[in-house]
Amino acid sequence: MIDWRYRFDEHRGTLLAFLVFIVMFTIYASNHPAGFTANVVTTAANKGVLLALVAMAQTMVVITAGIDLSVGMVFILCNCVASYIVAGSPGMTALGVAGVLLVGLFCGAINGLVVIYGRLQPIVTTIATGAIYFGIALALRPNPGGVDNFNSDFTDAFTGQLPGGIPASLAALAVVVLVIWVPFRRSTIGRAAYATGSSEVAAYMSGVPIRRAKFVAYTLSGLLSALAGLYLTFFTYSGEASAANGSTYTLYSIAAVVLGGVSLFGGSGSAVGAIFGALAFRAIGDLLFVFDIEPLWQPLFQGMVLLVSVCIGAARLVRVRNRLDLFG
Amino acid sequence: MRPDEAHAMKARLPSFLHRLDPAVAIAFGCVVALLLLGSLYSSSFLSPEYLLQQLKVAAFLGIIATGMMIVILLGQIDLSVPWVVAVGGMMSASATAYGHTGEVLAIPFGLACGIALGFVNGIGVAYLRIPSMIITLAVNAVAQGLMVAHTGGFSPQDSASAAMRFIATGDTILGIPNALIVWAIVGSAAVFLLTRTTFGRAVYGIGNRERAAYLSGVDTQRVVMFAFAISGGLSAFGGILLAGYASKAAQAMGDAYLLPSIAAVVLGGTSILGGRGSYLGTVAGVILITLLQSILSVMQMPEAGRQIIYGVVIVAMLLLYGRERLLR
Repeated sequence: MIDWRYRFDEHRGTLLAFLVFIVMFTIYASNHPAGFTANVVTTAANKGVLLALVAMAQTMVVITAGIDLSVGMVFILCNCVASYIVAGSPGMTALGVAGVLLVGLFCGAINGLVVIYGRLQPIVTTIATGAIYFGIALALRPNPGGVDNFNSDFTDAFTGQLPGGIPASLAALAVVVLVIWVPFRRSTIGRAAYATGSSEVAAYMSGVPIRRAKFVAYTLSGLLSALAGLYLTFFTYSGEASAANGSTYTLYSIAAVVLGGVSLFGGSGSAVGAIFGALAFRAIGDLLFVFDIEPLWQPLFQGMVLLVSVCIGAARLVRVRNRLDLFG
Repeated sequence: MRPDEAHAMKARLPSFLHRLDPAVAIAFGCVVALLLLGSLYSSSFLSPEYLLQQLKVAAFLGIIATGMMIVILLGQIDLSVPWVVAVGGMMSASATAYGHTGEVLAIPFGLACGIALGFVNGIGVAYLRIPSMIITLAVNAVAQGLMVAHTGGFSPQDSASAAMRFIATGDTILGIPNALIVWAIVGSAAVFLLTRTTFGRAVYGIGNRERAAYLSGVDTQRVVMFAFAISGGLSAFGGILLAGYASKAAQAMGDAYLLPSIAAVVLGGTSILGGRGSYLGTVAGVILITLLQSILSVMQMPEAGRQIIYGVVIVAMLLLYGRERLLR
């Protein structure tokens, strides 16, 4: 019995995000002019999967009580890189995909090394490295564009539907969770990352490998952002160094992480929650579309939903008995 | 260097250097180095006209960074800068369109809108205990939504009032730009507020440990709320000046000020964790960033290179003096 309550408490944020997503998506799909069809689901999944991957990347770092403001820029950089090298024969395409993922790993590793060995605050470090990554992206693609021999047959397989009408992008997301998140969460390093985020001093005293945990978290964050950048290229067949796009994704990833029940103070939450947070956030944005509200009001609506949903988080204050607990 | 050695070294220095923070000294040193480097490229970098022009451009960033600094001293952050700046510019320009009364009230109206948004931030952080990173993000989104709905998504046609143009572009005494004088007034007020009032003491106290400040009898929640309101007001004021400078407001006019204002504050030696930092440092950081941007653009460095150098300089300077203590 007690075990169940503990487990419920641990996953409450994730479950809440899942519920919000289900409600939002039901409203969305039931009001959609085309109804609840495989195509509607695929379109929604394709829109959501980019933010879901970037939100997973953000989660990795947030768990260690850090913040990664360069996720959007790594995403843009990998998009620009992918628009050059995911091309040609199947073998070359596979090499290109591996290359893009390596770029992401490398960006994440640099963030991690500067934060760990430079002992700088993650927030300023990633602002600065984000500027560097964006600069490289801009050097690669001063103007938006793609290459002629872009392997669109290969990439379409990742954005279409699997037999049975399941969106391929959702299946890919599930694979990413199974291959990256679950092993991380269950490994010693993953536990160490949670411990570091919960209390770095206590983790240090207990002999937890803090540095290794942080390094792995930042590196995986880079890898997940790269996956998102790769996916963006799969949709658009081209690369664009857009600063607005990069910062939007960074900011939305923080929103998705919070909606997904991951604590910004570190040490609690799950990437699965962040995925549902991201999908819910996207579904909210799409609600306006099905209700045929003027597009001009969309930013305001999205902002209000964000504001209200973070204020709902304040409900926990009611349970605070000691006033001093407010100040952490 | 051991602390007592450092102390002994300090004792040998002239008295006015005792209180000088090494971070501030390094930041000013870099400003001088940048000017010398620039003068190798072209001698006009040392001309009074160029320097005054740079200080005038720096004034806009300086005023915005002043608000950011107060918030960072609390250990919080204000990510709502981009659209609060835009709100200040757009609302004051809109007010100008309403005849003579509107023209008189343009600046106070823009300021009031910024302060109101700042209060929303402050209430969220202080009373609802929402992490500042997420509530300011939400307020930024709401401000953006309001402005997009207000302007219809186009650049507003209303032009800035004569008073706005006067304080942003005019010069009165000895050819000193008015914007610089305004910055000097705002800066002096900030120094007075931070060093000579109980409010300022409380800001530093809360930044060090909010719990301790609360137990010492400070109404910490009210201080935090007002600090965010000040930051909102100063961001809007920066927007008013920018609108006066360009003689009209524009969409996304504040986007270029978020990261530079954080970078300026942090480069000036203010700890991003709060509780430590001087206004002199922020002045140094603002001038440093403005000069860096100006010199790179004079050298016709492409945007990509500018971004990369910008990021590298921030990381390199922080590695010089912004490192945290080793955990042991």
